[in-house]
Parts: sequence; structure tokens; C-alpha cells
Amino acid sequence: MIRFENVGLRYGMGPEILRDVTFNIERQSFQFLTGPSGAGKTSLIRLLFMSLRPTRGLIHVFNRDMATINNKELPELRRRVGVVFQDFRLLDHLTTYENVALPLRVLGKEEAEYRSDVIELLKWVGLGERMHVLPPVLSGGEKQRAAIARALITRPDLLLADEPTGNVDPPLARRLLRLFIELNRLGTSVVIATHDITLLEQVEARRMVLADGRLSVFD
Amino acid sequence: MAPKTPTRPPDAGPAADAPANPSPARAPSVELGTARPGTRPEKRTPKGKAADPVTKTGKMADAARAAGDFASRMSLPKPRLPQRLKRKDQQAGGDRLRPSAPIVPPQSVAGRALTLVVAIMSYLACLTVGSVSVVWDAAQDWSNDLVREVTIQIRPADGVDMLLQIENAVTITQRFAGVGTVRAMSDEETKALLQPWLGSGLDLDTLPVPRLVQVTVDDPSALDLAGLKQRIEQDVKGASLDDHSVWTSRLAAMAGAVVAGGFGILALVLFSMVLSVVFATRAAVASNRDVVSVLHFVGAEDGFIAREFQRHFLVLGLRGGIAGGVFACICFLLLEMFTRQTAGLAGSDQMSALFGPVAVSTPGYLGVIGVVFLVAVLTALTSGLAVKSQLARID
Repeated sequence: MIRFENVGLRYGMGPEILRDVTFNIERQSFQFLTGPSGAGKTSLIRLLFMSLRPTRGLIHVFNRDMATINNKELPELRRRVGVVFQDFRLLDHLTTYENVALPLRVLGKEEAEYRSDVIELLKWVGLGERMHVLPPVLSGGEKQRAAIARALITRPDLLLADEPTGNVDPPLARRLLRLFIELNRLGTSVVIATHDITLLEQVEARRMVLADGRLSVFD
Repeated sequence: MAPKTPTRPPDAGPAADAPANPSPARAPSVELGTARPGTRPEKRTPKGKAADPVTKTGKMADAARAAGDFASRMSLPKPRLPQRLKRKDQQAGGDRLRPSAPIVPPQSVAGRALTLVVAIMSYLACLTVGSVSVVWDAAQDWSNDLVREVTIQIRPADGVDMLLQIENAVTITQRFAGVGTVRAMSDEETKALLQPWLGSGLDLDTLPVPRLVQVTVDDPSALDLAGLKQRIEQDVKGASLDDHSVWTSRLAAMAGAVVAGGFGILALVLFSMVLSVVFATRAAVASNRDVVSVLHFVGAEDGFIAREFQRHFLVLGLRGGIAGGVFACICFLLLEMFTRQTAGLAGSDQMSALFGPVAVSTPGYLGVIGVVFLVAVLTALTSGLAVKSQLARID
């Protein structure tokens, strides 16, 4: 589904953040992306999400060479990837329901078409009672679940989660991890970027470790 | 690395739910750690084809129902399939949602400031349109009044009977089509005209004072003015015909200059408003960077984002434009009331003599409505272009 071959990345004239990164992400796979802070996890996530282009190397996204993808084609490909950011990035003036429904609004769907699905998904992630609430009122865990629901509402092929447990307590981190596992069971490939060792210890899954800009993969 | 089965977490739901569906806590022992490209292909999107989010979302909802035990582990109400219809009934009341809020936040300090700027610019533009309308109407009135009046001047000369010449001129003029009344000004009227310069008690016989014949024109299109001029100058000694064309052309030139100046000011006001909107839009995009960023990563196209901002600024422009237009109309009405109330005062009479009744006509008010819509459309178009340009830089 996603294939990186000898990918390198540098910002401007600075040093290379990522060097000769090579890996595949298969369909319905589950992997952790880990490494120390500043190792380049977020940059790799941004490359996976096509918000950055590599300085060198080849990236194939959904069987398309990224070098040949123009800006007009990017939105359609991005819709196949759900992203959960550490800082949630919920829009504060929209309710939880409206935030989760945002990707469907962007697709031009009428609210009557998606209302029941959004409500059902919100109930599934445990926000059924909080759908009318604005994000500033939500707790960290609720925001995280809202962000996950927003990433999932269009049923993406790939879910990228950048430090999804960075702002939550250990019990909630375990709940979120189970949520990701269940999503993977339902057919979504999952990449979780984290340096939370306790999270890694809970599930034995493929680990991609970034150190000094180089990636090691442990299947 | 072989997948291992994680231990059951302490906050897991009741064990009675576990057999209903595969437990996600046990899932990694079966599912995780290895890629399965061929697994459950019916749930996947075919390669190279766009995802169908509605169908997929429906599947997600079905899957959510199947994952009822997972929800129960999270201490959540367990979604049950048979209750779906009941839930839809409940949604009508219990899950009642507010109308979807606009994606670009409607209220912000920058938005209010820009509304005020647009309102002021619209007000100035509407004032300009109203002033141009008043001057234009006055110029039309001046031209019409002058064209409907012609003056014959007969200069005194030695051996010429002035009264005979006047009578001759009146007779000739009355024969022409389109002419209304022909009236020779009496001695008293002539004295009254000269009184400010020559004083009272003037004896017209002792001075070579020209005499005037006032001709009113009923139908300017029927009157052969050139023919009348030729006949008068040929048959009446010392006579000349003044059709006020020099004065009319000067007035027309002045009115044209005022109108052109008004349109110039209008163009400058609109141009400065466009510039204000460009800067305000850039500020708005910058202050809504998080909105743009979120829209980007949920897969919104640049056109969609630009349209959202454009809609926002169209509403803003309409609000500002209507506020400015209404305030300008109130000013016009107050000015009209003021000039009516002060009728008879010296200054007011001077103003009325020059401009007629100082009132904005219907075309002036229509112009104000046009300015309001022009301002709104310009605001929306300008913001759309500015947003697209900003997005191009972000990409």
C-alpha cells in the first residue's frame, strides 16, 4: 500500500533528518513507529501523509509514485489516510459532532446522509453524550477520541496516529490502544508513532525504530 | 517477532459480553504483527479507485455494532442492531443537532474590524453616488431650462426705430414652429435689470441700452433655431439671437467634470476597499491557519477552502455594505428634510437656486443599492482570490 525506498529528507539546507529510509506498509497491518524525541517520527508521518515531499528516494502511495502526483490529486489521496495528531487539531467553534462530520462535509455530503453514521461512530468511541459539546469543554481523552473518530469517519485505508497517548493517563492510553487494535481488526492499516515504552510493551506488533535519521524494522 | 496475547486489562467490561464478538484485547494474538494484503478484500477499496465514504461509513457503522462488546468494555452503551429504528426516532428528539456551523468561524475581532471598514467604505461610496446623482440631476435641469428659452437682443443704432425693430422681431419669431410666447421686455423691466449697475431713475432714451425679447420654446425639437437666428439677424437691424449654447456647453462641461470626478472618487474608494479586503483576508487566513490546516488534512480541495472563506466574506461584505448604504440613505433623507425646513433662508435659497431641491432621486437610491451589492461581490471575489493565492503559497 505504501512503499518507501531509500528516502531522504532535509529541511532547506539543514542536515538530513531521514536517511535511506526503506519500508513497506501492507494492507491491514499494525505497526509502531518509535524512537527518541527529535528522531524524525513526525517528519516520517508527514511524508506518509503527503504533506512533505522527500528530498531524495522513492515513495509509492496507493500504487502512485509520489513524484508524479500533482497538488490537485493530493486531496483525493489524503482522504484515504486518516491522521490523529498529538494536539488533536479539533476546531474549537465546531461541536464534537461537527468536527467528526467535517471530512464528510468536505466531500460535499448532505447532513441527512451521514448523520446517523456519525452519531453511531461517536457512540462507539464513547462520545455519544458529548456530541453537542465544543472541544474546549472536552477532556484530553475525549478530544483524542473525537480526533480518532474524525480520522475514521471516511473509513480510511491507513490510520496515522502521532503520539496518540501523549496527553492521556495510562488507563485511557490502554483504551485507545484497544480502539486502534479493533480498527485494525476491521481492516484499517494502523501506524502509531510513539516513544511510550509501556504502550509498546502491551502489544507485540511490528516496530519501526528511528534513530539518527535511520529506520530499523523489527517484524 | 511473534505476536503475543496481551493480558486482559483491569478495566475490561463484563466477561459475559466477551463471547458475543472477538475481544479486541485478544485480537493481536491473531491479527497483529503480520501484514495480510488479501484478508477480507470485500472491505477494501480497489486499487486506483476513489473510496466511497458513505458506503464505507455504513460498513463502519455495521462494524461498530459488531464491536458492541468493545464499547461495553469502555463503559459505553452497547449499540444493538434491533434498536436502530428506535434510535432513529430518538435522534429526532434526543440527538437533535444544531444547524451545521460555518467552517470558517463567523465572529472574530478581525472580522468585526473588516465589517466596519467595509461599512465605512460603502458609506463613502454611497455618498459619492448620491452627490453625483444630485449634480447630474441639477445639470440636466439647467440644460433643459436654458434650451427652452431664447433671447433676442436688439442693439440701438442711429436712425433706427427701436420699437419698430422690436415689433418686427416679435412678428418674425412668432411665425416659427415650436415657439411658445414671445415677449419684449418693457422699459420698466429693462430699468429693473440695469438698476444694480446704473442706479434708479435711469432714462433709457439717453443711453444706448440694448432691448431684449424673451422667447420661450414649447417644443425644442420643432424649432429651427438656426433658421430663426438667420432670419432675425438678416431682417432686424442690430439684432442677435442668443440661444445660451455657450452657457449650456459650459454647464454641461462642468457637470461632466463633477460626475467624472465623482466616479473617480468612487473608483478610488472601491479600490481602497479591495486593498483593505485583501489585507484583511490574508490576516483572516493567517488567524484561521488551524482551520485551513485541518481542512487540508481531511482532504479538502483548495477550491472548497476558498469557497468557504468566500462565503464568509460575502456575508461580511453584505453586512458592511448594507450598513454603509442604509446610513448613507439616512443622511440623504436628513439632508432633504433639512433643506426643506430651511427653505427661505438666504444660504438655503442660494443652494436651491444652484442645485434645485437638494434631494437624491430614484436613480441615486438605485445606485446606492448597486454599490451595496458591488461591495459585497467585490469583497467575496477579492477574498476568494486572496485565499487561493495564500493556499498556493502553503502548498
